[in-house]
Amino acid sequence: MVYGVLRLINFAHSEIFMIGGFAGFFVLKYSIGDSTPSGFSSVLLVIVGILAGGIAGSLSAVVLERVAYRPLRKRGAPKIAYLISAIGASYFLINIAAKEFGRIGQSMVQPYTDHAVFTIFGAPVQMYTILILIVASLMFFALDRIVNVTKLGRGIRAVAQDSETASLMGVNIDKTIAVTFFLGGFLGGVAGFLYALNFGVLYSMGFTPALKAFTAAVLGGIGNLRGAVLGGLTLGVVESLSVSFVNPAFIDVVAFAILILVLLFRPTGILGERLGRDA
Amino acid sequence: MDSLNVKKFLKFAGVLVILSELAAVVTGPPGNPTHPWVGFKGSIADPTSLLGLFTTSRGIVFLVYGVLVALIGYLLKTKNKFVIKSQELQRTVSSNKAFRIVFFSALGVLVVLLPTIVKDAFWQNAMVSQIAIFVLLALGLNVVTGFAGLLDLGFVAFYAVGAYATAWCTGALPLPALFGMHLNTFYAIPVAIALAMVSGVILGIPTLRLRGDYLAIVTLGFGEIITVFANNLNGVTGGAMGTAQVPHFSIHLGPIKYNWGIPPVPYYYLTIVFVGIFMIAFSLLEHSRVGRAWTAIREDEVAAESVGINPLKYKVLAFAIGAASAGFAGVMTAAQTNYVSPATFTLGLSINVLVLVIFGGMGSIIGVVFGAVVIQTVTMYLIHNPPAGYQPQDLYMYIGLLLVVMMIFRPAGMIPSRRRTRTHAPSASGQE
Repeated sequence: MVYGVLRLINFAHSEIFMIGGFAGFFVLKYSIGDSTPSGFSSVLLVIVGILAGGIAGSLSAVVLERVAYRPLRKRGAPKIAYLISAIGASYFLINIAAKEFGRIGQSMVQPYTDHAVFTIFGAPVQMYTILILIVASLMFFALDRIVNVTKLGRGIRAVAQDSETASLMGVNIDKTIAVTFFLGGFLGGVAGFLYALNFGVLYSMGFTPALKAFTAAVLGGIGNLRGAVLGGLTLGVVESLSVSFVNPAFIDVVAFAILILVLLFRPTGILGERLGRDA
Repeated sequence: MDSLNVKKFLKFAGVLVILSELAAVVTGPPGNPTHPWVGFKGSIADPTSLLGLFTTSRGIVFLVYGVLVALIGYLLKTKNKFVIKSQELQRTVSSNKAFRIVFFSALGVLVVLLPTIVKDAFWQNAMVSQIAIFVLLALGLNVVTGFAGLLDLGFVAFYAVGAYATAWCTGALPLPALFGMHLNTFYAIPVAIALAMVSGVILGIPTLRLRGDYLAIVTLGFGEIITVFANNLNGVTGGAMGTAQVPHFSIHLGPIKYNWGIPPVPYYYLTIVFVGIFMIAFSLLEHSRVGRAWTAIREDEVAAESVGINPLKYKVLAFAIGAASAGFAGVMTAAQTNYVSPATFTLGLSINVLVLVIFGGMGSIIGVVFGAVVIQTVTMYLIHNPPAGYQPQDLYMYIGLLLVVMMIFRPAGMIPSRRRTRTHAPSASGQE
């Protein structure tokens, strides 16, 4: 959700997610084959998969920034040009992945045996859930520290607020934006890998999660990392609860309805600053 | 100085190699899900003939092509005279009124006579269902994206509304027919257009307060939602199967009795008439008070508001008017194919229409029609005579690539609108 920081929605984020998923998938597939490892080697493999997804994600994000964004920024293109170019890039990536990796989904090779570790109030807690909780909170704290404490984070925030003034103050805009894409791509790639662990890989796997991630970010307040986490949690709970009230086919409609309601009545999100119009 | 040149050259060569090999991969054989690298390897290493001279691997062949293209580009660039001349030509052509009248009337005659020239059944059908209807869609999206500068990724929703409204009016849906009787398909036209416009207003009022990128996501979501509803509301839309009972057009006006049947040519003429009407209407709109208001909002919303333009009102208006032409396209599709199903109205279609607008030139009516005709013809050609190794789904890959390339090198499109040429001119010259 680093993109909130740059006031620029990256439409190709869903494809970075997909690339991360595929990278983790192939690395695991080639390193374990059909066997199901256990113990220490599972931990190692999960870490390797996370790194593979993250690195693939950040590399593709940086390439994407160079190809689809930087030329437009140099020209001072209107905002709509960025959107169109990103949509084009996203569409290209989806379809080349479909071509090269096949158009049918594949289930993930499992680096560990999933089983319920313990139960809370009668609900079994799976290994997978714990893994996601650990990785998500680690990444959240790391990112939160980077953006709020380091010099780099200060640069990112400066560029987000006013890129011209930031460049006068000695911040290298190109470099900062590239680094932002790198960080965002890393998170996107890791998320893609974690998603793939449970749902398998498919060329179009990024679409719905990206739409929901966006909803979560808006719900929590764009440009606010803590808000994004809160928004994601809220959205997840609301969706899970709504399963019992509406036809499961309409779950995606629920997310979308929430998005519109939030944009209408509290465009700043739960923890957000102002948005809506460009300042 | 020297080392700088070397560095520049190396960078250029690197980009050239990457682009050429990318082209090789893009056009290469498809991969295999269980052996992911087969596709890439095949794209680079498969043997193919180089300009018919000798056989070598694809990677090398594409590199040679890349170098050739770069050389041609370099020659064109150094021969500046050529470029300037072509620009002058363009200027005289576009400012010479007599020439334009002759040119467009010739084009008009060609359009009218086209069905007698093109006899092939596939192409006659494609002219209606894939070219003329997409011209309509592109014209509609052009109002939203080109004139008012709003990126709508769910444009297909209005098309769907038009098609389903037709099915509703003619009693083809499980739902009781509108007005309680099975209407002639012609009467569906105003109803479909009205319903599409209303849905444009309903979607527009809450969402058009948002900034560009939020709007794009929300409209994208809306397009998806329409598909979800069409797929799942079995009692209303016929579910995933859709309906196949939409009647063709027919006229029973006193002595005149005419039925549009299965042959596509009558639909061609009907659609062409409406394309003409929409083109004239939109071009009048563009130069009216409303069109100027749209331009103002597109260029600077805050400034537009400060001179007394209500942005929300005009944006909603753009949505409604754009939706009208998409709604009509929906009627034509439903009536020609007898068939309405959710599978038609995908995100891919929205993006396809967006490409037509971008390629032709946002905000330029002639450009958009040109873009729609050119791209849809190429698309149809690829479907009809697929080159070796081409899969129908590959089309979307090229579409995505085309969007990025257009945005980088020619953001105003192939035939830029005149109002836009002025706004784009300084930035374009500053780039070189």
